[in-house]
Amino acid sequence: MERPVAIELKNISKYFFGKVIANKNVNMTLYKGEILSLLGENGSGKTTLMNMISGIYTPDEGQIFVNGKEVVIRSPKDAFDHKIGMIHQHFKLVDVFTAAQNIVLGLKDGGVYNQKSINARVSAIAEKYGFNIDPKKKIYDMSVSEKQTVEIIKVLYRGADILILDEPTAVLTPQETEKLFAILRRMREDGKSIIIITHKLNEVLAISDRVSILRKGEYVGTVNTSETNAKELTEMMVGKKVELKINRPKTQFDKPLLEIRNLSINSDNGSRAIDDVSFYIRGGEILGVAGIEGCGQKELCEAIAGLRKIVGGQIMHKGESLIGLSAKQISEKGVSMSFIPEDRLGMGLAPSFSITDNMMLKNYGEAKGPFVDRVTARKRANDLIKRLEIVTPSSETPVRRLSGGNVQKVLVGREIESGPNVIVTAYPVRGLDINSSYAIYDILNEEKLKGTGILFIGEDLDVMLALCDKIMVLCHGKVMGIVHAEKTTKEELGLMMTGSLDLTEEKKDKRFGIAKDSNLTEEQWKKSSEEENDDRQ
Amino acid sequence: MITPLLSSAIALSAVFLFGCVGEIITEKSGHLNLGIPGIMCMGTAGGCLGASMCVSAAGGGAPSYIILFLVSVLFSVLFAAAGGGIYALLTVTLKCNQNITGLALTTFGTGLTQFLMDNLIDRSTLFTASTVITGKLPFAGSLGWFGEIFLSHGVLVYLAVIVAVCASVFLKRTKPGLCLRAVGENPAAADAVGINVSAYKYGAILTGSGIAGLGGYFYIIDYIGGSWENASTIEAFGWMSVALVIFTLWRPALSILGSIIFAAFYILAAKLPGTVQGLTFTDTAVLKLLPYVVTIIVLIVTSIIGSKNVQPPQALGLPYFREER
Repeated sequence: MERPVAIELKNISKYFFGKVIANKNVNMTLYKGEILSLLGENGSGKTTLMNMISGIYTPDEGQIFVNGKEVVIRSPKDAFDHKIGMIHQHFKLVDVFTAAQNIVLGLKDGGVYNQKSINARVSAIAEKYGFNIDPKKKIYDMSVSEKQTVEIIKVLYRGADILILDEPTAVLTPQETEKLFAILRRMREDGKSIIIITHKLNEVLAISDRVSILRKGEYVGTVNTSETNAKELTEMMVGKKVELKINRPKTQFDKPLLEIRNLSINSDNGSRAIDDVSFYIRGGEILGVAGIEGCGQKELCEAIAGLRKIVGGQIMHKGESLIGLSAKQISEKGVSMSFIPEDRLGMGLAPSFSITDNMMLKNYGEAKGPFVDRVTARKRANDLIKRLEIVTPSSETPVRRLSGGNVQKVLVGREIESGPNVIVTAYPVRGLDINSSYAIYDILNEEKLKGTGILFIGEDLDVMLALCDKIMVLCHGKVMGIVHAEKTTKEELGLMMTGSLDLTEEKKDKRFGIAKDSNLTEEQWKKSSEEENDDRQ
Repeated sequence: MITPLLSSAIALSAVFLFGCVGEIITEKSGHLNLGIPGIMCMGTAGGCLGASMCVSAAGGGAPSYIILFLVSVLFSVLFAAAGGGIYALLTVTLKCNQNITGLALTTFGTGLTQFLMDNLIDRSTLFTASTVITGKLPFAGSLGWFGEIFLSHGVLVYLAVIVAVCASVFLKRTKPGLCLRAVGENPAAADAVGINVSAYKYGAILTGSGIAGLGGYFYIIDYIGGSWENASTIEAFGWMSVALVIFTLWRPALSILGSIIFAAFYILAAKLPGTVQGLTFTDTAVLKLLPYVVTIIVLIVTSIIGSKNVQPPQALGLPYFREER
């Protein structure tokens, strides 16, 4: 028997600026009542394709059939009329509105909105699928997972039968992801058809019925989830055999390079971002930092790099305090920091500058006299391009024209170029596909073998478990525990990230984050801490 | 001393109120229109042209109140909206830089108005028109100080308050108002739920400009009784109206009060030198800059509070490209 089809795409093509191919001849089918995973590397056109179904873009060629009828979707409104709703990767919510206001936004049924009936309908939907939501809460007071709930209810409120979720799990903890998947399964039972985009293969295998794969904008094929595995999917995705293993080379751990004790930092709005945190990094080790986004990672990075004032505590580099030093002095001591923010270009690189110019931003001071030394910088840029296999027309191309992976290689590469002994890197593979991610892991491992201490702030727990030697888990700025990556599990990390498990409470006698072979004696620590306190008063 | 000051402050406040409410509606769509001073000038020219035509049609005598009011207000709104149309075309459709477009429009609007007032409009008719349009409410004289302060004004003053209240209700309570605020806060979010972002922007800019234009027209035809010096006076009111938007935290209802305060500052600066002995030029200069000082203080205070409820629309000043990658 033929299964009823929800959406069928025939020969869909989309070009940006007339020539860059985003999608080419894509054919895809979504059956009713199934969960379909859409898989592909960065820039393989997954989001573009989905945006064409939800009316953000219009296809240049091809046909879209909804429930067997050919349709033209020109705007998000058209998509809603065909009962298609998309939950975007970057939430499309108005911060200063309440959940209810966001949910009814743009609906045309009467001029004045009736808060009561909206709340009742929202609650009914929430109950049916098992969401938790407070319709009166403002978006800016919400956690990421709450915002996502609002987005999903928003499309359900509009009566969507076909839901598209673009990387919904990227910002969730394992527990929250499990909860979301339970809701998606309930929707499937209710007859909804769902397309989900995710980079994480284990999630693809856990949630979907079938998997469709795109590569460089072209459709590769569709497989039943029950008949495939992670290796096959990856090979379809990248188009060649790959080794799905992150190395963790064994190294000789040196003395602690960076020691941090009782560090407290405030965030921009004055609340405590990092609260009484102690840890240390040895030469030749990678210390991972896991935690839900916004639990102090950014502030920690900035404090180490000298960009943010600390409230209390000690930061010692080879036994010397870094507190009070300027960012330049800290970087001259060999501490480098690279932070990849959500928009990936916001920090560290000037988008309109070329690779050469961006290299010079870091070490313009080395040149003598008032003029910049462009020749050396260009040579360094070319070395970097060769070494990290950066894909770029030349070292003079503005970095904003490079793809995300290559931009990140430039940023990480520039930091390594200066020969640091401590690397602080936050989300270096954020949004990168498998190939580029592995290139970055290789760079980090290479540095580790050289005896550099690395603080790796990451998102993907699977990666951190494979790459890091130890993992420190933060929750609301507090350390929940520091564990050996080989001895822990994802579940344990997840529980610690949400604050349900606190190892520092359970094992009070163990002094978390205090090195036994510290560069300083306890007396020296005490003395220095007292000096700091005096300075502050 | 106090009663006449308050009375004229309330009268003059209509200039700021029209300008401020117009700019608030525009800014709620995410467009910082620095062309408002020029647009207020264009509204003046339009209104005066309409009034002058009415007087001419009545053979130089007093035209009927209703016809004069409707025609001149319509002309004022249309001229100002035309200025807003130029701004909207450039910033919404062509996505030009809003600040540069606005500043250019102010220069254009003041120049055009000066030209029209000097060459095209028979300014002598404006005195006649003014006497018709500034009719007081009939029972104003019988209510003592209350009547003088609140009831002794021309209809345009009350229209300004009504417009401000309507704008407040529209933004706070209605669905189109919610959509407009969404467009100014996060156009991508608005677009994703099927709101026609460009249509809302055009609507807000044209409406806002039309309302602002009335401020300039009111000043000439009512407040100073149909006389004319040059366009730069109205331009100055325009800038104060833009500052007032910040002072009143983008709230039309609050701007009713704010505009009275600004008007009182302005009148003090203008009248004190004549009434108080021994004031130097510097003293009046200080009075003149007071509105801007309080605006800066408001900016500092709201920035320290940091609450999202007292901030400008999040997407203010940013062009929206749907297909931006």
